[in-house]
Amino acid sequence: MIEVKGVNKAFGDKQVLFDINTIFETGKVNLIIGQSGQGKSVLAKSIVGLHEVDTGEILFDGRDFTKMNNWERKEIRKEIGMLFQGSALFDSMSVIENVMFPLTMFTKMSKKELHERAEFCLDRVNLAHAHKLFPSECSGGMQKRIGIARAIAMNPKYLFCDEPNSGLDPKTSIVIDNLIREITYEFNITTVVITHDMNSVIEVGDNILFIHQGENWWQGDRKSIIKTENEEILNFVYASEFMKEIRASMQTARG
Amino acid sequence: MLGIVFSKPEKMKIFRKRVFNEMQIIGINSIPIVALMSTFMGAVIALQTASNIDSPILPDYTVGYITQSSTILEFSPTIISLILAGKVGSNVASEIGTMRVTEQIDALEIMGVNSLTFLVLPKIIAAIFFFPILVIFSMGLSMIGGWLALTLSGLLTTETYIFGLRSFFEVYNIFYALTKTIVFGFLIVSIASFYGYYTKGGSLEVGQASTQAVVSSSVAILIANFVLTQLMLL
Repeated sequence: MIEVKGVNKAFGDKQVLFDINTIFETGKVNLIIGQSGQGKSVLAKSIVGLHEVDTGEILFDGRDFTKMNNWERKEIRKEIGMLFQGSALFDSMSVIENVMFPLTMFTKMSKKELHERAEFCLDRVNLAHAHKLFPSECSGGMQKRIGIARAIAMNPKYLFCDEPNSGLDPKTSIVIDNLIREITYEFNITTVVITHDMNSVIEVGDNILFIHQGENWWQGDRKSIIKTENEEILNFVYASEFMKEIRASMQTARG
Repeated sequence: MLGIVFSKPEKMKIFRKRVFNEMQIIGINSIPIVALMSTFMGAVIALQTASNIDSPILPDYTVGYITQSSTILEFSPTIISLILAGKVGSNVASEIGTMRVTEQIDALEIMGVNSLTFLVLPKIIAAIFFFPILVIFSMGLSMIGGWLALTLSGLLTTETYIFGLRSFFEVYNIFYALTKTIVFGFLIVSIASFYGYYTKGGSLEVGQASTQAVVSSSVAILIANFVLTQLMLL
């Protein structure tokens, strides 16, 4: 479980996050949603320590990340897996080397064990055949899956996914969403996903945090977000004409 | 930044592997350009010296001596370092800059890897170790280039040229040249790494960082050259 308590963050004069309080529960897919430029990525990067928060606490199963020294943070980070928006795979390494990388850095596994674990992770994301390829030889969807395989290689307690569906077609997006959900349930991970993708919200959002103008505007699950009357959320969820029509027809059907 | 760069690597085995890999990229891959530059540089120095010495007081072997001293003292360490600032500096800045804008550095940090030590320190060690080797290689080839130019054009005999090369030879000059080279190597890689590591934006900014790295490291080499000459030769 990750608890965020009273987090504030500013860049110079510009306040980006205002007193964010939330809990990301273990074994659930927690989504951070909101329009662009509202502070979603800043919140996620603040949680994992890529940005320092100005005030507030971030507790990883009760351990306050903001009060830790570099060495303690390093130890916590070994429990974190992250899938980046652009996958952030290492260009100079093959697919299997990318997946093995955190293991070679932080474990004392033998070569055989390293390969077995990396193969298991690649198999888990249905890429058992892609060992020898290089990232540049893989499609966007494959790169995301390799990113997930690398993120779970160390058996993380916490998984962060920054816009995992960006740049992917709807079908591949569903594959990635399902994969994230399956992995979360299978390994009982605290998963935090930043997304714009409404399909992901409806498909996998066990716990949804809506950030608006840097504030925790709304929090609930995927059933309640469809029923909410909160104007900002409605503007976000039903932004397109198509979605507006769906909503109108749903309302008509309800009478 | 440098304080963090010189902290202990996470895993020595991987670190050693990275150092050897960087020696390949920074050092061995630079051999062709260094060889080409040095041979022609030595040939031109020898020919220009020969064509400008028309005083009967000066012995013929002066051409060999001037080729030797100018190559060892200035041309090989400084000019080759300036060439390497272009080749290695742009390579380092663009590699690290691309890693920054594609979030590969963030990925390293999230995993708990000290990205500065992991990325920059092997490059600095490789440059400090391999640049002097390249410069020694350059010195040799420059003198061979000079010999080829003089003998093929019939301006000097081999014996006279070699006598000139060996005249007034001081080992301290080699020490001075290699000290300069180590400093230049450190400056090139650390400045290029700095520009690459703190790149913000996209491919345009990576290109700008690469250009800035080359310009700044070239200026740094010229200033360091002046300071070191003052300190070590005067």
